Amino acid sequence: MIEYIPENILRWTRLGMRKSFGGMMEDIVRDYEDIVILAADVASSAGLSRFQSIFPHKFYNIGIAEQNMVGIAAGLAKEGNNVFITSFAPFVALRAYEAVRVLVGYMDLNVKIVALASGLSLGSQGNTHYCLNDLAIMRTIPGMLILSPADCIEAAKCLEFLAGYKGPAYLRLTGIDGTPGVYKGDYCFEPKKNALLREGTDVIILGTGSILNECVRTSRALKQDGISAAVVDVHTVKPLDTDFLNQICRKYQLVVTVEEHSVLGGLGGAVAEYMATAGKHPHLLSIGIQDVFPKTGDYSYVLQQTGLSALQIKERIKQRLETD
Amino acid sequence: MKGKDIRILATEVRKDIIQMTLQAGVNGGHIGGALSSVDILAVLYGAVMNVSAEYPDDTLRDRFILSKGHIALAHYAVLAECGFIARDDMLTFEKSGGEFPTHEEMNIRKGIEISGGSLGYGMSIGVGCALAAKRSDAEYRTYVLLGDGECNEGSIWEAAMAASKYNLDNLTVIVDVNGQQLDGYSADVMPIYDIVQVFQGFGFHVVEIDGNDIAQLEGAFAVRCLGKPIAIVAHTIKGKGIPEIEGKTGWHHASINQEQYESFVKQLEEAK
Ligand SMILES: Cc1ncc(C[n+]2csc(CCOP(=O)(O)OP(=O)(O)O)c2C)c(N)n1
Repeated sequence: MIEYIPENILRWTRLGMRKSFGGMMEDIVRDYEDIVILAADVASSAGLSRFQSIFPHKFYNIGIAEQNMVGIAAGLAKEGNNVFITSFAPFVALRAYEAVRVLVGYMDLNVKIVALASGLSLGSQGNTHYCLNDLAIMRTIPGMLILSPADCIEAAKCLEFLAGYKGPAYLRLTGIDGTPGVYKGDYCFEPKKNALLREGTDVIILGTGSILNECVRTSRALKQDGISAAVVDVHTVKPLDTDFLNQICRKYQLVVTVEEHSVLGGLGGAVAEYMATAGKHPHLLSIGIQDVFPKTGDYSYVLQQTGLSALQIKERIKQRLETD
Repeated sequence: MKGKDIRILATEVRKDIIQMTLQAGVNGGHIGGALSSVDILAVLYGAVMNVSAEYPDDTLRDRFILSKGHIALAHYAVLAECGFIARDDMLTFEKSGGEFPTHEEMNIRKGIEISGGSLGYGMSIGVGCALAAKRSDAEYRTYVLLGDGECNEGSIWEAAMAASKYNLDNLTVIVDVNGQQLDGYSADVMPIYDIVQVFQGFGFHVVEIDGNDIAQLEGAFAVRCLGKPIAIVAHTIKGKGIPEIEGKTGWHHASINQEQYESFVKQLEEAK
């Protein structure tokens, strides 16, 4: 079992979601005998080196062969194993996508895909290492559960949930080492239910992943300008919490989605698809990465380039409120 | 490029790699696999390839495809030493908004043929380039540099099959066999039973050499075999040139401080 004590939370936040993954799994496998983990020559990047030495019989390094990893995972899952597989997001989600669709999705197998460092978090490594369309393509696999935690605490919650979950799932880890969390300690995580992070009456911001840290800062900044913005953690991108969209979002004049993902097909796409076809709805503003390969650089630089810093998000929202 | 002393070129490139890694600060650099490939790059650019900084887009230039794209820093360094890239520009390695990120972005004017970073694709592109040469009866040669870890990717072998089917004797593939990949020794991560035999099985003419030996490299690059692509299986040492890190794990990607920088440069000078 994972302990949500300050010491752990501090360590996770220092390491970031990606490098905390291995340590979290060390705690989780003690309660789940059937778990095996596969990595594609990124064990050290996923914080799995110690896991590998403690549980050598529960770990396989498949080498730099992501499609093969998905296939082996499918075989293991078919034979009753509870399989977690991992690589950097673009390689496990995009490179191996069709294998995921057919071998995991179509056959409805118990494989949990842990996508490391998605979004822009690999900074100076550049566009081959960014993953800005994984939500878009994973969403279109029927039956795929998609979780996108806001911070390390929530990533731990997601992993604990996935350990007991049976079926295809995609866990999107974002942020870098040191990205501040939005949760301060243990809390009650409800899968498939949006979580309200900040109350607000004028605008509602739906965010997903570590960018929620910026969204919370956006909301604080808007408050100083007299605008009350609610912030919501959409940790489950699929299935979308449509009750929440119906009952809560419809009360606002403007619904804003924020994601470290292309504006095409991700959270903004999912919300717009639903709202547009389910009757009268509030105005929608989708904030994410435009349809371009961004200029590369340090993480904070790329966030700035793509308009995803708290203050840029604030400006977009203010402009929109003025023109609506 | 020809005429420059290859050994001196290789040492300069190694120094550049260390300097770039230092300048990159916390972003660090893929120093281990960069250093193992230096001699291969130095021989290619210093003695073998028909490329020129004056006419970087000459359609008859030889094509160099860096498939193990994470060692772009080594490529930037050799391109800088050969005049394709200004030194000051090279030192903007990994700087925000710059032209020289961790993984290179296609820029023919600067001698960069492809955008790299996702492993396993360079050989397919190389097959395409070589096929294009055959189609237009152009006399350039295509060189592809692969990592041995990278050869875990099935796409490498799909490309190998095609190279052989189309009798691409204008293609030379070099595998930097430094025996390591990201997570450590390939023997532990994902061994390839016998890479020489595998390439032979796919119809390549294989040359096996010490890939840190300039003379052996020059010999290997001169090999031709009518109707067959060439694979140079180049055994190297990860971290080559800096005794402190040679062959050690933990240097796939690293940041270094000023003290390490000075010590590494000293070790390089002494090892010369
Ligand atoms: C498709 C893909 N999967 C994973 C990675 C992450 N990665 C970068 S370098 C590397 C190891 C490469 O090993 P090798 O080809 O032997 O290079 P070298 O040891 O010579 O540096 C890995 C797994 C990647 N860049 N691309």
